[in-house]
Amino acid sequence: MVYYNEMFEGESVRDPYARLSEWVETMPEDFRQMKQAEAEALFRRIGITFAVYGEGGDPDRLIPFDMMPRVFEQSEWRRLERGIKQRARALNAFLRDVYGRGEIIRAGRIPARLVYRNEAYEKAVTGIVPPRGVYSHIIGIDLVRTAKDEFFVLEDNCRTPSGVSYMLENREIMMRMFPQLFRQNRIEPVEQYPDLLRRTLESVAPAKCDSRPTCVILTPGHYNSAYYEHSFLANLMGVELVEGQDLFVDGEFVYMRTTQGPRRVDVIYRRIDDPFLDPLCFRPDSMLGVPGLMDVYRSGGVSICSAPGAGVADDKAIYTFVPEMVRFYLGEEPLLNNVQTWTLWKDEDYKYVMANLSDLVVKEVHGSGGYGMLVGPRASKEEIETFRKKIEANPSNYIAQPTLSLSTCPTFVEQGIAPRHVDLRPFCLCGDRIELVPGGLTRVALREGSLVVNSSQGGGVKDTWVLSE
Amino acid sequence: MLSRTASNLFWMGRHLERAETAARLLDVGQRITLLPNTAVGYQNEWNSLLQASGASDQFRQKYSEVTQENIEEFIFFDRDNPSSVANCIERARESGRIVRTALTGQVWDALNVTYQELRKIEKTPRSKLDTATLTDFTTSHTSTVRGAINATQLRNDGWHFIHTGFGLERADATARLLDVKYFVLLPRIEFVGSGLDTYQWMVILRALSAHRAFHWAYGGDITAARVADFLILNGESPRSLVTSLYETVWHLDGLVRRYGENAPATARNQARATLDALQARDIDTIFDEGLHEFLSWFIGEIGTVSNLVHQDYLLGGA
Repeated sequence: MVYYNEMFEGESVRDPYARLSEWVETMPEDFRQMKQAEAEALFRRIGITFAVYGEGGDPDRLIPFDMMPRVFEQSEWRRLERGIKQRARALNAFLRDVYGRGEIIRAGRIPARLVYRNEAYEKAVTGIVPPRGVYSHIIGIDLVRTAKDEFFVLEDNCRTPSGVSYMLENREIMMRMFPQLFRQNRIEPVEQYPDLLRRTLESVAPAKCDSRPTCVILTPGHYNSAYYEHSFLANLMGVELVEGQDLFVDGEFVYMRTTQGPRRVDVIYRRIDDPFLDPLCFRPDSMLGVPGLMDVYRSGGVSICSAPGAGVADDKAIYTFVPEMVRFYLGEEPLLNNVQTWTLWKDEDYKYVMANLSDLVVKEVHGSGGYGMLVGPRASKEEIETFRKKIEANPSNYIAQPTLSLSTCPTFVEQGIAPRHVDLRPFCLCGDRIELVPGGLTRVALREGSLVVNSSQGGGVKDTWVLSE
Repeated sequence: MLSRTASNLFWMGRHLERAETAARLLDVGQRITLLPNTAVGYQNEWNSLLQASGASDQFRQKYSEVTQENIEEFIFFDRDNPSSVANCIERARESGRIVRTALTGQVWDALNVTYQELRKIEKTPRSKLDTATLTDFTTSHTSTVRGAINATQLRNDGWHFIHTGFGLERADATARLLDVKYFVLLPRIEFVGSGLDTYQWMVILRALSAHRAFHWAYGGDITAARVADFLILNGESPRSLVTSLYETVWHLDGLVRRYGENAPATARNQARATLDALQARDIDTIFDEGLHEFLSWFIGEIGTVSNLVHQDYLLGGA
């Protein structure tokens, strides 16, 4: 397979990387090692670590950081930006629709079963229109590149996409370690993200809020693997980081417990999943949520970001219909394409996939984080057969995609630099406006040949540059 | 401020101070064992030390012998000992991690570095560590954190909560260290005023990093009355009971001022009453009353103030 190398075209260096190329070539080996150690020490000092679910081991593991940036030209980024914003508009329009009249289903564009029987569809919020009609306020759209002008959306994350703290910290650390790179290259800043996020949240305050909205971030607590990100964002936004136990409902509103007594909360950016939000409405055993929260939400006393039920739009089964949403709601052609996807509940797709398992990537519809997936070309015969049995047991739980020829980006390895596969997650903010900071999180599969970029599966991160004109 | 945040700041202060106390205790213990002429070796001194810190039973359950290694293990490393340096540092860092948004970058950095260094020490072979390394590690790192707090934190309610934690813990710790002296001397009252007695008082001064300060303040001989006065009633001595409590009252006052008339102030009122009662005494009254009895009263009062802080601010008034 031939992979698109983002830096090299044969022997020659592509434009955006021209200056970086010189930087890499003239970098002495010991300097590189010194800087790599410095970066690691910085990350550890700041405390950016992540825990991997179900693996035990060091709870303070570092996510590997690669010093070689990934670069986009302004024109490349403009195209992506338009496509991402378009997709974000369509996803929110879809949510508004399926919790309302369900036009897209009546029009026969999406099967009713996939929406209304979806685990992520919350019957408890049908008929409720959140402020400005926005359900998903922070959308992380995972993109892969296969050629100069070919980008595909791998998946949408409409609930609580994580990783934005890495985007910000990677940049901080690069600027601190290599200031000269930022003088030589004109790189669009990303540091305005927390301000934009706060503005976005404030713009969707409930109608009952009559002064400057009080926003909070709701975290499951410091044992959560993304806790660092929660506290990092709260800090940069200047809002309280609360746990369920800090909040309570009294009458029409939600309050937080403070040293000066109760204080009203208007907007909750929650980083906990729907089932845990309110034990009176969802899982009764949840200790993470706030009893009575959903009643306040329903009566317009508080905004919840993303809105409960937003997950129905980023389900892998719904994913295949996003281009259809763009056409249906916006009357436009999609600027970003989906990856071809076989849905195993369809007979013909099922037959094709089962006959070609060794060429395909198969994923669980509700899975995430690179768990529960099969990468056919990299799997052993036994692994394929084991997976086949899992699929046979419950075909509608799976989708399959071709193995994409993911682009590569030069990455520091033991000896010098070598190409490694990358993806990109930009973060789109939806409130009174739709905004996107120029950049995102580039994840890189550090193992040679690996196509899985998840941090839980040996992936690392890179700083992502968008050059200004 | 969130009640949970305030609570974590308060306990971060207490645990930092407690780590320092543990390190000082280790230092006292080690120095007492260097005493030349005790009849039964250093067993008794060590036991009194443990009794004062309230951990005597716990030590005996786990360790058969009183050796330098076991003492270090228990007071510095042991995760089963809730007051070990390792536990206190880890808990202070955990509190800090939970409330990172309420700490400046420098404070978090200092706290986190302390923890990372602790983990390195834990991985170092014990044979390569001596007591001085362990106590120096602790006092120098806690000082760095304290310095970062004083240099960079906003002077807001969070700052008052951290310092209320420091103050109460320090008052408690000095009282307990003084009580060690009581336990050490109890069986052999004939030593009072002897060379051995003086040496033991000196050890306590040293453990509080106060032996130089003592000489500056009093000059001349070390006597029980002077040392006790220095550590209990002297307003210049940074770890004396009166200073620790005075500063606690100052920070509780700060909270009351900030939160206004309608907010509860029972903790401040209680602390103030205790301070008044303390200042009404002189060192002779205290010795007449009995040093141990006096210290027990004081430790009880500090416990009450701490509970009232919880009631006033840390429960959140739902």
